[in-house]
Amino acid sequence: MTRLVPDLEALLEPVTDGCSVAVPPDYSGVALAATRALLKRGVRHLHLIAVPQAGLQADVLIGAGAVGTLEAAGINLGELGLAPRFTAAVEAGAITMRDATCPAIHAGLQAAEKGIPFLPLRGILGSDLLKVRPDWRVIDNPYGSNDPIVLIPAIRPQVALFHARMADREGNVWVGVRRELMLMAHAAAQACVTVEEIVEGNLLDDPALAAGTIPALYISRIAHVPGGMRPLGFGEEASDEAALAGYAKAARTEDGFQQWLKGWLA
Amino acid sequence: MSAAAFTDEEQMAVVMARLLRGLRHVAVGALSPLPASAALLAQALDGQLQVTILGSKRYLKFTDGGRELFDCAAQGRIDAFFLSGVQIDGEANINLVGVGDYPKPDKRFPGSFGSAYLYHLVPKVILFRQEHTPRILVPKVDFVSAAGRSPSNVYRPGGPRHLVTGRAAFAFGERGFSLVSTHGGASAADIEASTGFAFERAAEVPSTPPPGAEELAALRGPVKAAVAEIYPAFASRAFGG
Repeated sequence: MTRLVPDLEALLEPVTDGCSVAVPPDYSGVALAATRALLKRGVRHLHLIAVPQAGLQADVLIGAGAVGTLEAAGINLGELGLAPRFTAAVEAGAITMRDATCPAIHAGLQAAEKGIPFLPLRGILGSDLLKVRPDWRVIDNPYGSNDPIVLIPAIRPQVALFHARMADREGNVWVGVRRELMLMAHAAAQACVTVEEIVEGNLLDDPALAAGTIPALYISRIAHVPGGMRPLGFGEEASDEAALAGYAKAARTEDGFQQWLKGWLA
Repeated sequence: MSAAAFTDEEQMAVVMARLLRGLRHVAVGALSPLPASAALLAQALDGQLQVTILGSKRYLKFTDGGRELFDCAAQGRIDAFFLSGVQIDGEANINLVGVGDYPKPDKRFPGSFGSAYLYHLVPKVILFRQEHTPRILVPKVDFVSAAGRSPSNVYRPGGPRHLVTGRAAFAFGERGFSLVSTHGGASAADIEASTGFAFERAAEVPSTPPPGAEELAALRGPVKAAVAEIYPAFASRAFGG
Protein backbone atom coordinates (compact mmCIF):
# COMPACT_ATOMS: atom_id res chain seq x y z
CA MET A 1 0.00 0.00 0.00
CA THR A 2 2.52 2.58 1.06
CA ARG A 3 4.71 3.96 -1.66
CA LEU A 4 7.29 5.23 0.78
CA VAL A 5 10.37 3.07 0.64
CA PRO A 6 13.18 3.13 3.18
CA ASP A 7 16.15 3.81 0.92
CA LEU A 8 17.47 4.50 -2.57
CA GLU A 9 18.13 0.84 -3.17
CA ALA A 10 14.45 0.07 -2.83
CA LEU A 11 13.45 3.18 -4.78
CA LEU A 12 15.57 2.16 -7.74
CA GLU A 13 14.56 -1.49 -8.07
CA PRO A 14 12.47 -0.69 -11.18
CA VAL A 15 15.50 0.87 -12.91
CA THR A 16 16.93 -2.31 -14.34
CA ASP A 17 19.70 -2.61 -16.93
CA GLY A 18 18.41 -1.48 -20.34
CA CYS A 19 15.49 0.37 -18.77
CA SER A 20 14.11 3.54 -20.41
CA VAL A 21 14.29 6.38 -17.90
CA ALA A 22 12.87 9.88 -18.34
CA VAL A 23 14.70 12.64 -16.48
CA PRO A 24 14.02 16.39 -16.14
CA PRO A 25 16.26 19.34 -17.07
CA ASP A 26 18.77 20.69 -14.56
CA TYR A 27 16.39 23.34 -13.19
CA SER A 28 13.46 21.04 -12.52
CA GLY A 29 14.50 18.59 -9.81
CA VAL A 30 17.19 16.16 -10.89
CA ALA A 31 17.49 13.03 -8.75
CA LEU A 32 21.27 13.08 -8.40
CA ALA A 33 21.52 11.10 -5.16
CA ALA A 34 19.50 8.41 -6.90
CA THR A 35 21.81 8.66 -9.92
CA ARG A 36 24.80 8.06 -7.67
CA ALA A 37 23.06 5.03 -6.18
CA LEU A 38 22.38 3.68 -9.66
CA LEU A 39 26.04 4.00 -10.57
CA LYS A 40 27.13 2.35 -7.32
CA ARG A 41 24.89 -0.55 -8.27
CA GLY A 42 26.55 -0.64 -11.69
CA VAL A 43 23.50 0.02 -13.87
CA ARG A 44 24.14 -0.44 -17.61
CA HIS A 45 22.62 0.20 -21.05
CA LEU A 46 20.09 2.78 -19.89
CA HIS A 47 17.87 4.38 -22.51
CA LEU A 48 17.94 7.88 -21.13
CA ILE A 49 15.20 10.30 -22.20
CA ALA A 50 15.91 13.94 -21.40
CA VAL A 51 12.70 15.96 -20.97
CA PRO A 52 13.61 17.66 -23.15
CA GLN A 53 17.22 18.46 -22.26
CA ALA A 54 19.65 17.44 -19.56
CA GLY A 55 23.02 18.37 -18.15
CA LEU A 56 25.08 17.11 -15.25
CA GLN A 57 23.10 13.91 -14.68
CA ALA A 58 23.27 12.79 -18.31
CA ASP A 59 26.95 13.69 -18.58
CA VAL A 60 27.85 11.69 -15.47
CA LEU A 61 25.78 8.66 -16.50
CA ILE A 62 27.32 8.72 -19.99
CA GLY A 63 30.84 9.20 -18.67
CA ALA A 64 30.36 6.26 -16.33
CA GLY A 65 29.32 4.06 -19.25
CA ALA A 66 25.77 3.54 -17.97
CA VAL A 67 23.94 4.86 -21.05
CA GLY A 68 23.33 2.88 -24.23
CA THR A 69 20.89 5.21 -25.94
CA LEU A 70 20.21 8.88 -25.34
CA GLU A 71 17.16 10.73 -26.56
CA ALA A 72 17.42 14.50 -26.09
CA ALA A 73 16.90 17.88 -27.66
CA GLY A 74 20.14 19.09 -26.13
CA ILE A 75 22.75 18.24 -23.52
CA ASN A 76 24.99 20.86 -21.94
CA LEU A 77 26.17 22.17 -18.59
CA GLY A 78 24.32 25.48 -18.79
CA GLU A 79 26.59 28.52 -18.48
CA LEU A 80 29.52 26.13 -17.95
CA GLY A 81 29.30 25.12 -21.59
CA LEU A 82 29.50 21.78 -23.35
CA ALA A 83 28.81 18.54 -21.48
CA PRO A 84 32.22 16.99 -22.08
CA ARG A 85 31.48 13.30 -21.50
CA PHE A 86 28.40 13.55 -23.72
CA THR A 87 30.29 15.17 -26.59
CA ALA A 88 33.21 12.74 -26.25
CA ALA A 89 30.86 9.73 -26.26
CA VAL A 90 29.01 10.90 -29.38
CA GLU A 91 32.24 11.76 -31.19
CA ALA A 92 33.55 8.27 -30.35
CA GLY A 93 30.30 6.58 -31.37
CA ALA A 94 30.04 5.11 -27.88
CA ILE A 95 26.30 5.80 -27.45
CA THR A 96 23.31 5.71 -29.76
CA MET A 97 22.03 9.25 -30.10
CA ARG A 98 18.40 9.97 -30.88
CA ASP A 99 18.46 13.68 -31.58
CA ALA A 100 15.17 15.48 -31.00
CA THR A 101 13.69 18.93 -30.63
CA CYS A 102 12.16 20.06 -27.32
CA PRO A 103 8.46 20.10 -28.29
CA ALA A 104 8.77 16.67 -29.94
CA ILE A 105 9.77 15.10 -26.63
CA HIS A 106 6.91 16.86 -24.90
CA ALA A 107 4.51 15.73 -27.64
CA GLY A 108 5.70 12.12 -27.45
CA LEU A 109 5.08 12.09 -23.71
CA GLN A 110 1.71 13.79 -24.19
CA ALA A 111 0.72 11.06 -26.63
CA ALA A 112 1.70 8.48 -24.01
CA GLU A 113 -0.32 10.20 -21.29
CA LYS A 114 -3.35 10.18 -23.58
CA GLY A 115 -2.79 6.54 -24.48
CA ILE A 116 -2.64 7.34 -28.21
CA PRO A 117 0.04 6.27 -30.69
CA PHE A 118 1.28 9.70 -31.83
CA LEU A 119 0.71 13.43 -31.82
CA PRO A 120 1.07 15.73 -34.83
CA LEU A 121 3.36 18.72 -34.48
CA ARG A 122 4.02 21.81 -36.60
CA GLY A 123 7.47 22.89 -37.68
CA ILE A 124 10.44 20.50 -38.08
CA LEU A 125 9.92 20.01 -41.86
CA GLY A 126 13.18 20.57 -43.70
CA SER A 127 15.28 19.74 -40.63
CA ASP A 128 17.78 16.90 -40.86
CA LEU A 129 16.18 15.62 -37.66
CA LEU A 130 13.58 14.02 -39.94
CA LYS A 131 16.38 12.13 -41.72
CA VAL A 132 17.97 10.82 -38.53
CA ARG A 133 14.63 10.08 -36.85
CA PRO A 134 12.87 7.70 -39.26
CA ASP A 135 10.33 7.04 -36.51
CA TRP A 136 9.06 10.60 -37.06
CA ARG A 137 6.67 10.45 -40.01
CA VAL A 138 5.24 13.08 -42.29
CA ILE A 139 1.65 12.84 -43.48
CA ASP A 140 -0.70 15.14 -45.33
CA ASN A 141 -3.04 16.84 -42.86
CA PRO A 142 -6.28 14.83 -43.30
CA TYR A 143 -8.32 17.94 -42.40
CA GLY A 144 -6.61 20.07 -45.03
CA SER A 145 -4.95 19.39 -48.35
CA ASN A 146 -1.36 19.54 -49.48
CA ASP A 147 -0.41 20.42 -45.90
CA PRO A 148 2.44 18.19 -44.67
CA ILE A 149 2.66 17.70 -40.92
CA VAL A 150 5.02 15.70 -38.71
CA LEU A 151 3.85 12.86 -36.46
CA ILE A 152 5.74 12.14 -33.26
CA PRO A 153 5.25 8.62 -31.85
CA ALA A 154 4.34 8.20 -28.21
CA ILE A 155 7.23 8.06 -25.76
CA ARG A 156 6.44 5.61 -22.95
CA PRO A 157 9.32 5.55 -20.48
CA GLN A 158 9.49 2.57 -18.17
CA VAL A 159 10.50 4.88 -15.35
CA ALA A 160 10.28 8.61 -14.64
CA LEU A 161 12.98 9.55 -12.13
CA PHE A 162 13.06 12.97 -10.44
CA HIS A 163 13.40 14.91 -7.20
CA ALA A 164 10.50 16.93 -5.78
CA ARG A 165 9.83 19.32 -2.93
CA MET A 166 7.49 17.16 -0.88
CA ALA A 167 5.25 14.12 -0.66
CA ASP A 168 2.65 12.94 1.83
CA ARG A 169 2.30 9.49 3.33
CA GLU A 170 -0.51 8.70 0.85
CA GLY A 171 2.05 8.90 -1.94
CA ASN A 172 0.98 12.22 -3.45
CA VAL A 173 3.90 14.33 -4.71
CA TRP A 174 3.90 18.12 -4.91
CA VAL A 175 5.76 19.63 -7.88
CA GLY A 176 4.19 23.11 -8.04
CA VAL A 177 4.54 24.69 -11.48
CA ARG A 178 7.10 22.11 -12.59
CA ARG A 179 4.46 20.45 -14.67
CA GLU A 180 6.91 18.65 -16.95
CA LEU A 181 7.36 16.38 -13.93
CA MET A 182 3.63 15.71 -13.95
CA LEU A 183 3.80 14.96 -17.67
CA MET A 184 6.67 12.54 -17.08
CA ALA A 185 4.80 10.77 -14.28
CA HIS A 186 1.65 10.48 -16.42
CA ALA A 187 3.57 9.10 -19.39
CA ALA A 188 5.87 6.64 -17.62
CA ALA A 189 4.88 3.17 -16.47
CA GLN A 190 6.38 3.93 -13.07
CA ALA A 191 7.48 7.13 -11.34
CA CYS A 192 10.28 6.89 -8.78
CA VAL A 193 10.70 10.10 -6.81
CA THR A 194 13.07 11.41 -4.17
CA VAL A 195 11.69 14.23 -2.01
CA GLU A 196 13.02 16.90 0.32
CA GLU A 197 10.31 16.38 2.85
CA ILE A 198 7.51 14.03 3.87
CA VAL A 199 4.57 16.09 5.13
CA GLU A 200 1.72 15.04 7.41
CA GLY A 201 -1.83 15.09 6.06
CA ASN A 202 -2.96 14.80 2.46
CA LEU A 203 -1.66 17.26 -0.16
CA LEU A 204 -4.88 16.89 -2.14
CA ASP A 205 -6.96 18.28 0.76
CA ASP A 206 -5.66 21.82 0.16
CA PRO A 207 -6.87 23.10 -3.24
CA ALA A 208 -3.88 25.44 -3.56
CA LEU A 209 -1.45 22.55 -3.12
CA ALA A 210 -3.60 20.03 -4.99
CA ALA A 211 -3.23 22.03 -8.23
CA GLY A 212 0.50 21.30 -8.22
CA THR A 213 0.30 17.76 -6.89
CA ILE A 214 0.82 14.50 -8.78
CA PRO A 215 -1.75 12.08 -7.35
CA ALA A 216 -0.39 8.85 -5.87
CA LEU A 217 -2.12 7.00 -8.73
CA TYR A 218 0.88 7.87 -10.93
CA ILE A 219 3.59 7.34 -8.32
CA SER A 220 5.29 4.01 -7.71
CA ARG A 221 7.96 4.70 -5.14
CA ILE A 222 9.05 7.63 -3.00
CA ALA A 223 12.21 7.92 -0.94
CA HIS A 224 12.89 10.69 1.56
CA VAL A 225 16.26 12.07 0.44
CA PRO A 226 16.82 15.68 1.54
CA GLY A 227 19.27 17.40 -0.82
CA GLY A 228 18.71 14.64 -3.37
CA MET A 229 19.32 17.09 -6.24
CA ARG A 230 22.64 18.52 -5.01
CA PRO A 231 24.90 20.01 -6.25
CA LEU A 232 22.15 21.28 -8.57
CA GLY A 233 19.74 23.79 -7.15
CA PHE A 234 16.02 23.53 -6.94
CA GLY A 235 13.23 25.96 -6.21
CA GLU A 236 14.61 28.55 -3.80
CA GLU A 237 17.83 26.64 -3.21
CA ALA A 238 20.73 27.80 -5.37
CA SER A 239 23.09 25.47 -7.19
CA ASP A 240 26.53 24.83 -5.73
CA GLU A 241 28.34 26.74 -8.48
CA ALA A 242 31.80 25.81 -7.23
CA ALA A 243 30.96 22.10 -7.29
CA LEU A 244 29.47 22.36 -10.77
CA ALA A 245 32.48 24.30 -12.06
CA GLY A 246 34.72 21.66 -10.49
CA TYR A 247 32.87 18.96 -12.38
CA ALA A 248 33.00 20.85 -15.69
CA LYS A 249 36.75 21.26 -15.33
CA ALA A 250 37.45 17.69 -14.24
CA ALA A 251 35.25 16.12 -16.93
CA ARG A 252 37.16 17.77 -19.78
CA THR A 253 39.38 14.69 -19.86
CA GLU A 254 38.57 11.03 -19.41
CA ASP A 255 41.11 10.75 -16.60
CA GLY A 256 39.79 13.82 -14.87
CA PHE A 257 36.27 12.47 -15.07
CA GLN A 258 37.25 9.08 -13.67
CA GLN A 259 38.96 10.78 -10.74
CA TRP A 260 35.87 12.89 -10.13
CA LEU A 261 33.60 9.86 -10.37
CA LYS A 262 35.71 7.89 -7.89
CA GLY A 263 35.35 10.73 -5.40
CA TRP A 264 31.61 11.07 -6.04
CA LEU A 265 30.94 7.39 -5.56
CA ALA A 266 33.21 7.05 -2.50
CA MET B 1 36.85 57.89 -22.25
CA SER B 2 37.43 57.20 -25.95
CA ALA B 3 34.92 57.89 -28.73
CA ALA B 4 33.85 54.23 -29.06
CA ALA B 5 32.96 54.03 -25.40
CA PHE B 6 30.81 50.93 -25.57
CA THR B 7 31.46 47.22 -25.79
CA ASP B 8 30.81 44.91 -28.76
CA GLU B 9 28.09 43.23 -26.69
CA GLU B 10 26.40 46.56 -26.08
CA GLN B 11 26.44 47.32 -29.80
CA MET B 12 24.91 43.94 -30.62
CA ALA B 13 22.28 44.27 -27.89
CA VAL B 14 21.29 47.69 -29.22
CA VAL B 15 21.01 46.43 -32.81
CA MET B 16 18.83 43.51 -31.73
CA ALA B 17 16.70 45.66 -29.41
CA ARG B 18 15.92 48.05 -32.27
CA LEU B 19 14.52 45.09 -34.21
CA LEU B 20 11.94 44.49 -31.46
CA ARG B 21 10.24 47.88 -31.72
CA GLY B 22 6.48 47.75 -31.84
CA LEU B 23 6.19 44.05 -30.94
CA ARG B 24 3.96 42.66 -28.18
CA HIS B 25 5.87 39.65 -26.89
CA VAL B 26 9.45 38.48 -27.33
CA ALA B 27 10.77 35.23 -25.90
CA VAL B 28 14.40 34.39 -25.21
CA GLY B 29 15.71 30.84 -24.98
CA ALA B 30 18.11 29.36 -22.47
CA LEU B 31 21.76 30.36 -22.61
CA SER B 32 21.12 33.54 -24.55
CA PRO B 33 22.54 36.45 -22.54
CA LEU B 34 22.82 38.84 -25.51
CA PRO B 35 19.22 38.34 -26.64
CA ALA B 36 18.07 38.65 -23.03
CA SER B 37 19.89 41.98 -22.82
CA ALA B 38 18.33 43.11 -26.10
CA ALA B 39 14.82 42.11 -25.05
CA LEU B 40 15.14 43.86 -21.69
CA LEU B 41 16.58 46.95 -23.37
CA ALA B 42 13.67 47.07 -25.79
CA GLN B 43 11.31 46.73 -22.85
CA ALA B 44 13.09 49.48 -20.90
CA LEU B 45 12.65 51.83 -23.86
CA ASP B 46 9.12 50.69 -24.70
CA GLY B 47 7.19 49.57 -21.63
CA GLN B 48 4.60 47.71 -23.73
CA LEU B 49 6.84 44.81 -24.71
CA GLN B 50 6.28 41.57 -22.82
CA VAL B 51 9.52 39.66 -22.27
CA THR B 52 9.76 35.94 -21.53
CA ILE B 53 13.20 34.60 -20.64
CA LEU B 54 13.81 30.91 -20.08
CA GLY B 55 16.04 30.38 -17.08
CA SER B 56 14.71 33.46 -15.29
CA LYS B 57 12.32 33.48 -12.36
CA ARG B 58 11.26 37.07 -12.83
CA TYR B 59 10.67 36.89 -16.60
CA LEU B 60 9.03 33.49 -16.89
CA LYS B 61 5.28 33.63 -16.36
CA PHE B 62 4.42 30.15 -17.56
CA THR B 63 2.61 27.63 -15.34
CA ASP B 64 2.18 24.67 -17.68
CA GLY B 65 5.68 23.23 -17.70
CA GLY B 66 8.30 23.03 -20.41
CA ARG B 67 5.81 22.66 -23.23
CA GLU B 68 4.05 25.98 -22.70
CA LEU B 69 6.58 28.11 -24.60
CA PHE B 70 6.14 25.89 -27.65
CA ASP B 71 2.36 25.77 -27.46
CA CYS B 72 2.35 29.54 -27.03
CA ALA B 73 4.53 29.97 -30.13
CA ALA B 74 2.35 27.67 -32.23
CA GLN B 75 -0.67 29.78 -31.38
CA GLY B 76 1.04 32.96 -32.55
CA ARG B 77 1.39 34.43 -29.08
CA ILE B 78 5.14 35.08 -29.47
CA ASP B 79 6.25 37.70 -32.01
CA ALA B 80 10.00 37.30 -31.90
CA PHE B 81 12.62 34.78 -30.83
CA PHE B 82 16.40 34.50 -31.10
CA LEU B 83 18.37 31.56 -32.46
CA SER B 84 22.07 30.97 -32.97
CA GLY B 85 24.17 28.23 -34.51
CA VAL B 86 27.56 26.59 -34.50
CA GLN B 87 27.13 27.05 -38.25
CA ILE B 88 24.77 29.33 -40.17
CA ASP B 89 24.63 29.18 -43.96
CA GLY B 90 23.49 31.46 -46.76
CA GLU B 91 20.05 29.82 -46.88
CA ALA B 92 19.69 30.67 -43.16
CA ASN B 93 19.86 27.01 -42.23
CA ILE B 94 21.24 26.66 -38.71
CA ASN B 95 23.25 23.83 -37.19
CA LEU B 96 23.32 23.24 -33.44
CA VAL B 97 24.26 19.55 -33.59
CA GLY B 98 27.81 19.11 -34.80
CA VAL B 99 30.59 19.75 -37.29
CA GLY B 100 31.37 16.77 -39.51
CA ASP B 101 29.28 13.78 -40.49
CA TYR B 102 26.32 12.63 -38.43
CA PRO B 103 26.03 10.56 -36.25
CA LYS B 104 29.77 10.58 -35.41
CA PRO B 105 30.77 14.20 -35.98
CA ASP B 106 34.29 15.54 -35.56
CA LYS B 107 32.90 17.98 -33.04
CA ARG B 108 29.59 17.44 -31.30
CA PHE B 109 27.56 20.33 -29.90
CA PRO B 110 24.60 20.22 -27.48
CA GLY B 111 21.73 19.69 -29.91
CA SER B 112 18.88 21.38 -31.73
CA PHE B 113 16.77 22.30 -28.67
CA GLY B 114 13.56 24.02 -29.81
CA SER B 115 15.01 25.48 -33.02
CA ALA B 116 13.45 23.04 -35.51
CA TYR B 117 10.03 24.06 -34.26
CA LEU B 118 10.27 27.71 -33.28
CA TYR B 119 12.01 28.67 -36.55
CA HIS B 120 8.76 27.87 -38.35
CA LEU B 121 6.30 29.36 -35.93
CA VAL B 122 7.66 32.62 -34.54
CA PRO B 123 7.13 35.40 -37.11
CA LYS B 124 10.36 37.27 -36.51
CA VAL B 125 13.35 35.08 -35.73
CA ILE B 126 16.58 36.99 -35.20
CA LEU B 127 19.75 34.99 -35.72
CA PHE B 128 22.71 36.07 -33.62
CA ARG B 129 26.32 35.08 -33.27
CA GLN B 130 29.07 37.30 -31.91
CA GLU B 131 31.85 35.50 -33.77
CA HIS B 132 31.79 36.55 -37.43
CA THR B 133 34.11 34.14 -39.26
CA PRO B 134 33.94 31.76 -42.24
CA ARG B 135 34.05 28.93 -39.66
CA ILE B 136 30.60 29.98 -38.39
CA LEU B 137 29.07 31.60 -41.48
CA VAL B 138 29.50 28.72 -43.92
CA PRO B 139 28.36 27.98 -47.51
CA LYS B 140 26.37 24.97 -46.27
CA VAL B 141 25.77 23.67 -42.75
CA ASP B 142 26.86 20.10 -41.94
CA PHE B 143 23.55 19.37 -40.21
CA VAL B 144 20.30 21.26 -40.63
CA SER B 145 18.87 21.64 -37.13
CA ALA B 146 16.30 24.05 -38.52
CA ALA B 147 15.73 24.99 -42.14
CA GLY B 148 15.84 28.61 -43.23
CA ARG B 149 13.32 28.17 -46.03
CA SER B 150 10.37 25.93 -46.76
CA PRO B 151 8.37 25.02 -49.87
CA SER B 152 5.26 27.17 -50.36
CA ASN B 153 2.86 24.43 -49.21
CA VAL B 154 4.50 24.15 -45.76
CA TYR B 155 2.62 25.88 -42.97
CA ARG B 156 5.14 28.44 -41.85
CA PRO B 157 4.09 31.74 -40.31
CA GLY B 158 7.62 32.27 -39.02
CA GLY B 159 11.23 32.24 -40.04
CA PRO B 160 14.52 34.10 -40.18
CA ARG B 161 14.33 37.86 -40.71
CA HIS B 162 17.68 39.16 -39.43
CA LEU B 163 21.21 38.08 -38.58
CA VAL B 164 23.25 40.12 -36.13
CA THR B 165 26.94 39.38 -35.53
CA GLY B 166 29.68 41.19 -33.68
CA ARG B 167 30.58 42.95 -36.95
CA ALA B 168 27.46 43.33 -39.05
CA ALA B 169 23.69 43.32 -39.34
CA PHE B 170 21.98 41.47 -42.20
CA ALA B 171 18.37 41.18 -43.31
CA PHE B 172 17.06 37.89 -44.71
CA GLY B 173 14.44 37.65 -47.41
CA GLU B 174 13.53 35.80 -50.58
CA ARG B 175 16.85 36.66 -52.17
CA GLY B 176 18.85 35.52 -49.15
CA PHE B 177 20.94 37.66 -46.84
CA SER B 178 21.65 41.30 -47.55
CA LEU B 179 24.15 43.39 -45.62
CA VAL B 180 22.42 46.24 -43.80
CA SER B 181 25.26 47.82 -41.86
CA THR B 182 28.64 47.10 -40.30
CA HIS B 183 30.06 47.78 -36.84
CA GLY B 184 32.94 46.90 -34.58
CA GLY B 185 35.35 48.61 -36.96
CA ALA B 186 34.50 46.33 -39.92
CA SER B 187 34.14 47.53 -43.53
CA ALA B 188 31.87 45.87 -46.08
CA ALA B 189 34.99 44.35 -47.66
CA ASP B 190 35.98 42.92 -44.24
CA ILE B 191 32.54 41.35 -43.98
CA GLU B 192 32.84 39.81 -47.43
CA ALA B 193 36.20 38.35 -46.49
CA SER B 194 34.93 36.88 -43.22
CA THR B 195 31.60 35.48 -44.44
CA GLY B 196 31.54 32.02 -46.00
CA PHE B 197 28.36 32.59 -48.00
CA ALA B 198 27.39 35.12 -50.65
CA PHE B 199 25.09 37.99 -49.77
CA GLU B 200 23.72 41.11 -51.39
CA ARG B 201 25.13 44.51 -50.58
CA ALA B 202 24.84 48.06 -51.79
CA ALA B 203 27.90 49.82 -53.19
CA GLU B 204 28.03 51.90 -50.01
CA VAL B 205 27.17 50.08 -46.80
CA PRO B 206 26.48 52.35 -43.81
CA SER B 207 27.92 51.95 -40.35
CA THR B 208 25.53 50.65 -37.75
CA PRO B 209 24.31 53.58 -35.64
CA PRO B 210 26.18 53.29 -32.33
CA PRO B 211 24.33 52.99 -29.03
CA GLY B 212 22.68 56.26 -28.07
CA ALA B 213 22.95 57.83 -24.64
CA GLU B 214 19.50 56.66 -23.63
CA GLU B 215 20.19 53.10 -24.83
CA LEU B 216 23.52 52.93 -23.00
CA ALA B 217 22.03 54.31 -19.79
CA ALA B 218 19.29 51.67 -19.86
CA LEU B 219 21.75 48.88 -20.70
CA ARG B 220 24.13 49.76 -17.90
CA GLY B 221 21.36 50.41 -15.38
CA PRO B 222 18.18 48.34 -15.23
CA VAL B 223 19.11 45.91 -18.03
CA LYS B 224 22.44 44.95 -16.50
CA ALA B 225 20.80 44.49 -13.10
CA ALA B 226 18.08 42.24 -14.53
CA VAL B 227 20.48 40.21 -16.69
CA ALA B 228 22.68 39.60 -13.64
CA GLU B 229 19.89 37.53 -12.08
CA ILE B 230 20.30 34.95 -14.85
CA TYR B 231 23.78 35.54 -16.27
CA PRO B 232 25.97 37.06 -13.55
CA ALA B 233 29.25 36.34 -15.34
CA PHE B 234 28.01 37.87 -18.59
CA ALA B 235 26.57 40.92 -16.83
CA SER B 236 29.85 41.77 -15.14
CA ARG B 237 31.86 41.31 -18.34
CA ALA B 238 29.71 42.62 -21.18
CA PHE B 239 28.58 46.04 -20.03
CA GLY B 240 30.84 49.07 -19.97
CA GLY B 241 30.51 52.29 -18.01
